[in-house]
Amino acid sequence: MTTLTYPFSEVDVRALKAGDAVSVNGLIRTGRDRFHKFFADGGKLPCDFRDGALFHCGPVVVKNPDGSWRVVAGGPTTSVRENPYEPAFIEQTGVRLIIGKGGMDARTLDACAKCGAVYLQAVGGAAAVTAHAITRVTNVYFLEEFGAAEACWEFEVKDFRCVVAMDSHGTSLFAQVEAASNRRFRELLAK
Amino acid sequence: MTKTVTRLAELIHETSSSLPDDAEKALRAALRREAKDSSARLVLETILKNVALARAAGTPVCQDTGTLTFFVSENLRRTVTPERIAAAVAAATERGWLRRNTNDAVTGKSIDSNVCPGAPVIHYTLDAESKVRLIMKGGGSENMSMQFSLPDASLGAGRDLEGVRRAVLAAVQHAQGYGCAPGILGVCIGGDRAAGFEESKHQLLRNLADTNPVPALAKLERRILREANSFGIGPMGLGGKTTLLAVKIGARPRVPASFFVTVAYLCWAARRREISW
Repeated sequence: MTTLTYPFSEVDVRALKAGDAVSVNGLIRTGRDRFHKFFADGGKLPCDFRDGALFHCGPVVVKNPDGSWRVVAGGPTTSVRENPYEPAFIEQTGVRLIIGKGGMDARTLDACAKCGAVYLQAVGGAAAVTAHAITRVTNVYFLEEFGAAEACWEFEVKDFRCVVAMDSHGTSLFAQVEAASNRRFRELLAK
Repeated sequence: MTKTVTRLAELIHETSSSLPDDAEKALRAALRREAKDSSARLVLETILKNVALARAAGTPVCQDTGTLTFFVSENLRRTVTPERIAAAVAAATERGWLRRNTNDAVTGKSIDSNVCPGAPVIHYTLDAESKVRLIMKGGGSENMSMQFSLPDASLGAGRDLEGVRRAVLAAVQHAQGYGCAPGILGVCIGGDRAAGFEESKHQLLRNLADTNPVPALAKLERRILREANSFGIGPMGLGGKTTLLAVKIGARPRVPASFFVTVAYLCWAARRREISW
């Protein structure tokens, strides 16, 4: 298990290999469909993603009596929908960790290699565990514009466990697993 | 709220927050099979921790609380009415046991109560078991469900059990880990297209440890499970020994011209419950 703590350095991120288990700590921010669309349309980001983490997540967040926020459920959402936008986001912001589920395309893999970023797979459906790893909600952007599920939430996380699914050396675990399982599938059909 | 509505709302709460014992047991068995320090192990540990946390807190196992499908024994039709089921869904949504998870398909607008014509899905089943069964199936897994029409030349699949095997293995290869593996397959041989999906979902209500009463299907279930787990897809598609937790196969009569094989993919968050009424 490799521990990563914000700010995430290029050296640390480039040392990661597909298949490594990681524990993410410190500041991460969410962004999904509307956030990516806003960015692609030339919108100005309200915060600096350099050496940061972007989490594809639409959390269920409730307001505490004292006005602070609490995350009730917060698993990853499917990442492929952001494929058209992610390479530019990585190149222009200097983000180091993309966290989601299901993986992303070859262009995103190329951007990871070029800029020194990785794609981390969080466990799909593990809403309670993810909520548990989020120790504090430190800020929120675009709450009015995008709504709670699509806003850019800023979280403090502790021991948020993920697996490196796409590294900065051009390796995608998803592509490897699919190619291997396809070989086995063909083998079984030949029987 | 009437007593019936309260009881149905509690069924929804329990289904949403507490994975059935047999599913948790299958996940534990999977964890024991996976190698130390593997990503498969990390994923399964996280899943099991999630199951425990959700149960203790009474919160949803997964944020996608899914499509709610009720199977109600015919003899309960006058007690467990569609109106009472709908009232229970609305009440469970109000209390945060269900996410606001229903959208109008034409306008895209959220139907905040999760209740409208067509939601929840209710089937009255032709049995006198006096049971209410509920399954909550998330969208990520539903997107991976498939239907085949045999014969299928590309798979070398004819209209027999060997053809069924080939079609189901093709569904496994297609799904990879995207439906939140390790998953459970409900399969229906035959039926028209609609009956195929209904029966394949009905199969998902079976206890994971049970044995199919039809020997030929029991044998096919075991074989497909073993073969699917040799694909190496693993938990969340990151590689590993557990791609599926179970395969359950049922059949519906078909017309001579059609031979459908329908595969319903259920994620590891297999939220199902049944209560005797």
